[in-house]
Amino acid sequence: MKRMPDSFIAVSLLVMVFLYLPVVILIGLSFNVSTMGVAWKGFTFQWYEKLVMDRAILQAAVNSVVIALVSTGLALILGVGTAIGLETRQGGQKSWVNMILLLPLVIPEILLGVALLMVFVLCQVHLGFSTIIIGHMVFNLPLTIVIVRARLRKLDPAWEDAARDLGATSWDVLTRITLPLLRPAIWGAGLLGFTVSLDDFVVTFFVAGPGSTTLPLKVFSMIRTGMTPEINALSAVMVVVSMVCVGLSWFVQQRSTPASSESSYL
Amino acid sequence: MVGTRGIGVARSYCTMLTSRSESSSALPVKLSLVSASLFMGLFFFLPLVLVFGVSLASRGMYGGISWIATLENYQRVFDPLVGVIFFRSLLLAGMTTVICAVVGFPLAYCLARASRQWQLILLTLVMIPFWTNFLVRTYAWVLIFRADGILNSLLIRLGLLDEPLSLLFTDVSVFVGLVYGYLPFMVLPLVAAIERISPLLEDAAFDLYASMGAMFRHVLLPLSKPGFLAGGVLVFIPSLGAFITPYLLGGGQNMMLGTFIQQEFLVARDWPFGSALSFGLMGTVLLLWFLLGRTSLGKDPS
Repeated sequence: MKRMPDSFIAVSLLVMVFLYLPVVILIGLSFNVSTMGVAWKGFTFQWYEKLVMDRAILQAAVNSVVIALVSTGLALILGVGTAIGLETRQGGQKSWVNMILLLPLVIPEILLGVALLMVFVLCQVHLGFSTIIIGHMVFNLPLTIVIVRARLRKLDPAWEDAARDLGATSWDVLTRITLPLLRPAIWGAGLLGFTVSLDDFVVTFFVAGPGSTTLPLKVFSMIRTGMTPEINALSAVMVVVSMVCVGLSWFVQQRSTPASSESSYL
Repeated sequence: MVGTRGIGVARSYCTMLTSRSESSSALPVKLSLVSASLFMGLFFFLPLVLVFGVSLASRGMYGGISWIATLENYQRVFDPLVGVIFFRSLLLAGMTTVICAVVGFPLAYCLARASRQWQLILLTLVMIPFWTNFLVRTYAWVLIFRADGILNSLLIRLGLLDEPLSLLFTDVSVFVGLVYGYLPFMVLPLVAAIERISPLLEDAAFDLYASMGAMFRHVLLPLSKPGFLAGGVLVFIPSLGAFITPYLLGGGQNMMLGTFIQQEFLVARDWPFGSALSFGLMGTVLLLWFLLGRTSLGKDPS
């Protein structure tokens, strides 16, 4: 291995500390007895117990999961086909297609939020679960397409050509060759989309209605109304759940692709 | 959340590979291509066009929209009070981008030049905090910066302070929150860019008696330019339009564009003016995004 300048390693270590310290502090404080301030008064599980007893939080968690499942499911159904379509079509690989595809993922979320809010209100659509699901699909759909396309590009077209040469119809090629080969990417995109939807705050904040409170909205209102250690416990749980979801997504994609630096971005 | 979305962006940035040839595709493929395009047209492009439309309308009697064309909303953007918010947003986003580049480069270099195994571990370590909820991570900084927070208690215990400093709701806390939130957007494209630079070039520079600094200035930095460009845009855009960070760490006095837009829409209920602000933000974003497309993606011979 090449020698690395010590200063680079030192900066890298500091950055790592910077990245992890807040999360560690948050999880640590969720076990603190003290109700006010951050001074350590002893170890307790009571905030987690309170959390489990809180019906409103439980309901918000259920809402979040339902919304995430539906929006990810719909995004997968539309996104996988679209990715295949774009890849096999003349001009579908052009770089401007890519730039447009990535735009919903790059544009500040607040713009998506206010734009969708205005459309829904002007069209007199009732704000609630359906509007949140639509809002989440606006970023889940491009996300799915991007991930599935990345996998498609690594597949050898010879597989599909061989099937066609042997007389397979385009339907056979799709269901028996392309889709099975894409399975890791589909799982990966699904898990990532699920996490993104579960975590989304800004878009949800604008298009949610009464009775469709999600977990991040609940956390936000708890932070606004008052700092109780219950938020710390809830935050710690959310941190762990997100990590597990994305860890799974990463693992699923890794297992079937030989470790390459490109696939490790996920 | 914001972090997770960036992964997809950074990822696809690094895949510009083979093209495939196929003429016929199955019906479900065509169907989903059409319906996905319709969906994105209806719920992404149309809403953005609507923002522009509303920005030219006037404010209605009770906070609604009255469809009388006017440029007044754009004139209000030049109000000094609004100008301060624009200027603060640009400055904070710019500083965030610069700091992310400065501290991100050494980390990206170590990642790019580490052995395969270490690279995987380190990349995962860099990404883990960004897979976790953005709101929650920002809230963690509230606990640190609060008057009775971690940082103040620590400084007082060390005897460096007599009474707590007000750290929360300052430009400093917003700045730290932004750097924390968007650093991986800089690191990932930089890793991809540095990986493409052959280590042999570094050796060659050393063989020609270049110092570490000279090699860095004349070899590494110029060749990492695509990474800096992509990373810069990916950090600058979300910082400029950030909402959660300035809301939780900046409060009412230190507004940025994101919090200002939210206030115009949900508190002041002045949609036309809010739309004009949004369109200003959107214009900046689109301009940067397509400039980036011309520079680095456009050059890619794929």
